[in-house]
Amino acid sequence: MHPMMTIALKEFRDALRNRWIVSATLLLAGLAFALSFLGSAPAGGMLGVKPLAVVVVSLSSLTVFLLPLIALLLAYDALVGEAERGTLLLLFTYPITRNQLLLGKFLGHTGVILFATVIGYGVAGLAMGWRGDGADAQSGWAFVFLIGSSVVLGAIFIALAYLISAWVRERGTAAGLAMGVWLFFVVLYDLGLLGLLAATSGQLSERLFSWMLLANPADLFRLVNLGTFENVRVFSGLAGLSQQVTWPSEILLASLLAWLVVPLALAMWRFRRVEP
Amino acid sequence: MTTHTVVLAEGLEKSYDRHRVIDGVSLTLPQGVCLALLGHNGAGKTTLMKMMLGVTRPTAGRLELFGCTPATAGMAFRRRLGFLPENVAFYDEMTGLDTLTYLARLKGVNVARCREWLAQVGLTEAASRRVKTYSKGMRQRLGLAQALLGRPGLLLLDEPTTGMDPMVRQEFFQIIREVCASGGTVILSSHILTELEAHTDLIAILCQGRLTAFGSLETLRHQVNAPVRLRLSVADNPMNLLSQLGDPTSTRVDEQTVDIFCSTQDKMTLLRRITQIESVRDIEIHPPTLEVVYAHLSNPGREPTCTP
Repeated sequence: MHPMMTIALKEFRDALRNRWIVSATLLLAGLAFALSFLGSAPAGGMLGVKPLAVVVVSLSSLTVFLLPLIALLLAYDALVGEAERGTLLLLFTYPITRNQLLLGKFLGHTGVILFATVIGYGVAGLAMGWRGDGADAQSGWAFVFLIGSSVVLGAIFIALAYLISAWVRERGTAAGLAMGVWLFFVVLYDLGLLGLLAATSGQLSERLFSWMLLANPADLFRLVNLGTFENVRVFSGLAGLSQQVTWPSEILLASLLAWLVVPLALAMWRFRRVEP
Repeated sequence: MTTHTVVLAEGLEKSYDRHRVIDGVSLTLPQGVCLALLGHNGAGKTTLMKMMLGVTRPTAGRLELFGCTPATAGMAFRRRLGFLPENVAFYDEMTGLDTLTYLARLKGVNVARCREWLAQVGLTEAASRRVKTYSKGMRQRLGLAQALLGRPGLLLLDEPTTGMDPMVRQEFFQIIREVCASGGTVILSSHILTELEAHTDLIAILCQGRLTAFGSLETLRHQVNAPVRLRLSVADNPMNLLSQLGDPTSTRVDEQTVDIFCSTQDKMTLLRRITQIESVRDIEIHPPTLEVVYAHLSNPGREPTCTP
């Protein structure tokens, strides 16, 4: 077996063993079910709402909060933890490169997120599709797109966690920084943006505003999910915003990928310089 | 059998931020020997091992293992090494068998015999227990099992015997002997000097990054010229005996026992004289122990900072 697969499988099994996968999957499934029932409440039906589209809107707001947190907690000690256990020095003497070690872990951890999201959200989605109310094809695709982009969002924050983990020398520091990263991108960034808008009484340059949304993977995730599909856009409350933010979907997706590749590459660069 | 040079170091240096951890170390190590690496904490033992493993690069000098430069050598080179780091905790939640299987896969070794290798280090019963329930000694044994994966040509063991009880230590050195007998080279560092005396072929002493001694225990004894201790049991007052021998350096042990110290060169002459004296009932000869030799060599007079 390729050494990268060996490491990926070990990380996946670790997550199975310490119930990470089970709890993350159950949490996501539970929330998806709860939202799908709320989303298909009579009010929606009366207004001719496509419930699945509403669910996509509420689930993406939830995902923005939850998945980065799950990913950061899963991965923040991936490298610094091995260093503290003394196994990092040992692995450095094994016939695997540091890139293989890091990418193997990345595969394993992304696999955990993939599993939890696909099963957790997928089961809820299938249940709604089974009932057949309001699950038109476009909303169905929007839901699949949501699952896919959630995995990418998780992978982005795993890469950010590795960057932290390759940089610091203690697990505690890594944990603190990981929480800081979550707080910054998920909570404070948007608050800051709102504050800026309020302070300039909405006169903030449109260009600057658009660029600032690209600079945060959580905002990017929201934009691609709420802006890509027409019927989702209607309910997102973002209809107005989407007209202001004129990025085409390709740019949004490319930026999302950049948010995945750049931190991962930086983490690999830094990890090559670690002296255990 | 032709013996090959496994380790070759010439003027090896390693500095961290101007602090020189390894300072001009040169040594050659042939195949099939066991080298004990001695030195105080911070003398540079671990750093030397890390350079041999290719994990850290020397700042100056030449280092070759199996003819390769460790820091730039490929994966095939790493398969020829086995390493037991100091204080490795492994993965708490994994069982011993899972841990060894995982590491064997990474090393590209057939995993079917992992149980057998655990048995070799005495972990049969603990194989399916989680590593977090292991004692320090058991973790060290698991560490030895992984170091032996793939029968490496060079074993580097950093403080391997810490936490092992005397019985396990015996078995440990038995395994080391077998490795050397089959042509493997072993470098191990340790603080417990008495056990090394019987089990190692060569001794290297590091002091503040410098190699203050390198050779067999015999060679080192000659080098330090440490005194031999003769313990004599005598029938009458030992004072009479001492005056007959011309008052050599001595200590009274009890009423009928006395310790006499002499240099290695004078030993035979003195022994011949002692055997002539009728009141002497028994003689025990104690050549200088490794501890005595180590104390001499790791504290050269001009290096007062090298305190134990």
